[in-house]
Amino acid sequence: MALHIVASCTSCWACLPLCPHEAISVARPHFQIDSARCTECAGDYADPQCASICPIEGAIVDSTGQALNPPGSLTGLSPVNHPNSPFQSLT
Amino acid sequence: MELLSQPPVNGSSPALHPCYSEQAHRHFARLHLAVAPACNIQCHYCNRKYDCSNESRPGVVSEVLNPEQATMKALAVGAAIPHLAVVGVAGPGDPLANPERLFATFRELAVKAPDLTLCVSTNGLALPEQVDELVKYRIGHVTITINCVDPDIGAKIYPWIFWNHRRIRGRKAAEILIAQQQKGLEMLVERGVLVKVNSVLIPGINDEHLHEVHRVVKAKGAFLHNLMPLIARPEHGTYFGLTGQAEPTEEQLRVMQEAWVGGEGETQMMNHCQQCRADAVGMLGQDRGAEFTMDKVATMQVDWQAALEKRTTVRQTIERRMALQSQFLDKVAKKPIPLPVRRPRTIAPQTLRMAVGSADGRTIDAHFGHLREFLIYDVSSDGVHLVERRRTDRYCSGPTTCGDAAPALSDTIRALDDCAVLLCSRIGFEPWRPLEEAGIQPNSEHANETIDAALAAVYREWRDSGRLDVEDTALSRSSA
Ligand code: SF4
Ligand code: SF4
Repeated sequence: MALHIVASCTSCWACLPLCPHEAISVARPHFQIDSARCTECAGDYADPQCASICPIEGAIVDSTGQALNPPGSLTGLSPVNHPNSPFQSLT
Repeated sequence: MELLSQPPVNGSSPALHPCYSEQAHRHFARLHLAVAPACNIQCHYCNRKYDCSNESRPGVVSEVLNPEQATMKALAVGAAIPHLAVVGVAGPGDPLANPERLFATFRELAVKAPDLTLCVSTNGLALPEQVDELVKYRIGHVTITINCVDPDIGAKIYPWIFWNHRRIRGRKAAEILIAQQQKGLEMLVERGVLVKVNSVLIPGINDEHLHEVHRVVKAKGAFLHNLMPLIARPEHGTYFGLTGQAEPTEEQLRVMQEAWVGGEGETQMMNHCQQCRADAVGMLGQDRGAEFTMDKVATMQVDWQAALEKRTTVRQTIERRMALQSQFLDKVAKKPIPLPVRRPRTIAPQTLRMAVGSADGRTIDAHFGHLREFLIYDVSSDGVHLVERRRTDRYCSGPTTCGDAAPALSDTIRALDDCAVLLCSRIGFEPWRPLEEAGIQPNSEHANETIDAALAAVYREWRDSGRLDVEDTALSRSSA
């Protein structure tokens, strides 16, 4: 049970000080979660802290690769006008 | 920007703050340190992915510093620019969402550069819990961005906040944010800290509502209220940019500012606020950030004690000069701060409106091609009035005009449309013709003269040749 940070992370620092297990570290090219330490915040908080402040959709995923903040969930931008959307070129 | 109240006696003087005082911002420099990367809210006009060194939107920086680097940078800048007076933290996230980084920086600076005024600019969410810590570091000024006092309007501006270990969305999020902002404002005023309120004008969302915001923050004792135009371009990838939200027109901004000035009480408008980058260095309107990147700072040998002494001497000299100037201005004109808002009805007949290119704010020292900002003066038989400081590249309008490149000539001509003369130290052959055809007479004959002398000379020339009678420039153009 651990979350992972993926390439879209902008290294904004927001998550790092919040982790109750100091599982998050500064790394290149992006921040990293130590899976041995991450508990997904179970027992500490109702929601995983890193994923609750992360401003980037898709930057934090669970062990199955599912984004905790899927496209549109943070910016409110629908898939069509989302900057990374394949629909973008059609509009 | 509107001056709402007299500064508290025990607060630090806004007269020395280049963001607050028209006079000070020509003499003193300020530095913004990008030590605060994290943010605790999302605004629809911000894209947290953006990090382009050609970007000049507020809140966008290219180099995030750790507290040691930030201190090093401040001391290096303070040694190289002895008229440095203010060090602020404004981003790229929210300073108070990064309290350890912020206060570690301030702790060091309080020891090694105790003369510098420290200030922060915040969204206000974490303000109440940090107020007392801020006061410890002699924080002279806090800027809070307040776009609404109504949660229904807030829900259209803020998609979420991070609060008490949860992400909160919608109206509830706005309600908490607004309550925290108002509480923070009250607590700061109580403790004698100057508070500037920034409001982003978002047409169709909070334009009418900002009058209410103005009333509330004024009543609570905010020192200044500053209107910022929304920046919403698709290429910035923000929610507002991508959903076609309109930016305010110059006219909308002007009407709003005039309504506030017209209110009861002793109020004055200032218009020199720049939406400067969060890591800006130098005088307002003159970004010297490139001279102080971290790799350059790391090689600088800084004697912070000597720098402190030098700054103290420079400051005393500047303060003496400013005092003399205000005495002079008091005599010449009744108002010490020139009114920046264009109000054609108050312009004397036979007024000549001129645009001046000046980097130091005193002499005609700037090359036309490098100018992004002009000082606009009205000269008449009544004397010389600084109307405002006007940017010609308000925001980059595309990759070709973005960043350090000069703004497009057409933008400059549009921005200076009401001016009859343009004074600068040099101007190329190419822009000369189009300017002249647009009725803006370029003039580089007064290079390196003081602005006042040059304005007077051009005015006399126009008056004596009878051109003022033919073209009543400021009147006929700006009232159109
Ligand atoms: S889910 Fe919780 S424990 Fe795991 S990295 Fe994020 S904050 Fe740390
Ligand atoms: S909050 Fe998200 S974007 Fe920021 S450092 Fe953590 S994972 Fe990266």
